[in-house]
Amino acid sequence: MLSAAAAAAPDEQQRPRDSEDARLVAALRRGDEAAFAALVRKHQSLMLRVARGYVRDQRLAEEVVQETWLALLEGIDRFEGRASLKTWLFRVLVKRAITRGTRERRQVPFSSLVGDDDESGPTVDADRFLGGDHPRWPGHWAAEPSNWEALPEQRLLSRETMRLVQEAIERLPARQRDVIVMRDIGGFGAEEVCAALDLSDGNQRVLLHRARAKVREELERHLA
Amino acid sequence: MTYHLEEDLHCVEVVELVTDYLEDALPDDVRTRVEMHLVICRGCELYLGQTRGTIDAVSALGVDGGDPEGMQGLLEAFRGWRRREEEDA
Repeated sequence: MLSAAAAAAPDEQQRPRDSEDARLVAALRRGDEAAFAALVRKHQSLMLRVARGYVRDQRLAEEVVQETWLALLEGIDRFEGRASLKTWLFRVLVKRAITRGTRERRQVPFSSLVGDDDESGPTVDADRFLGGDHPRWPGHWAAEPSNWEALPEQRLLSRETMRLVQEAIERLPARQRDVIVMRDIGGFGAEEVCAALDLSDGNQRVLLHRARAKVREELERHLA
Repeated sequence: MTYHLEEDLHCVEVVELVTDYLEDALPDDVRTRVEMHLVICRGCELYLGQTRGTIDAVSALGVDGGDPEGMQGLLEAFRGWRRREEEDA
């Protein structure tokens, strides 16, 4: 039985994302409102979340996001498809959000301003481990981490926990926040995040690593 | 980062490798060492479980119902743009 994918032209099979983008761009150029609405539904929520990390309130985040959509429409005739639509949207969004956030001089937690690329060092407290000179278990856990799989599911995904995770993410330095939001909430692939944020692959992984480690730590404290 | 190649990885090193491990970005030999360590080290297995739990909790934030905020305003902006395009054509 031929699936829809098998029945498609060979080109479409190899680069499904590119041809979906091409269809969308063509539809937008035609003024197809339904296509625009579908695109908005797909990305708006994440765009708002990312923008909100840079500006002082939700209303400003909505403005930044709206400007980004308008920029897409205004430039749609010139859109060459070198980057995917999604990558393009988030690249522009982050740049605008940073500009707007700086202009509005929002009160940001100091940690957001510190160069997060310079962060280094262990992501787990050194005193969680035995010393490298321990006679039997050098560098081993001093005490085992707790087993979250033994927790009732409602605990890890409770409203309270969600709020804590949300706050932990908000406290992250900007780029760590963007990476974890795009990867783990937005489901972006690593390459897409690198393209959207101008990061090397290694950079992206370091940021993701540090972001997840911080959130894990706060979750652990809360769940203890 | 120096890996202790002549012996098992230390837990303190393994925790810094979990992201690359989950991303499948480790060189083969290091990946093998991590896997070997995980087999014998409950602490690190639990830490990996916590990392996965963290990812699950973070992704759960993304579950949204209904039309996104600002939808109406955007549709109006779209119509405005389309009108301008038609006028310019």
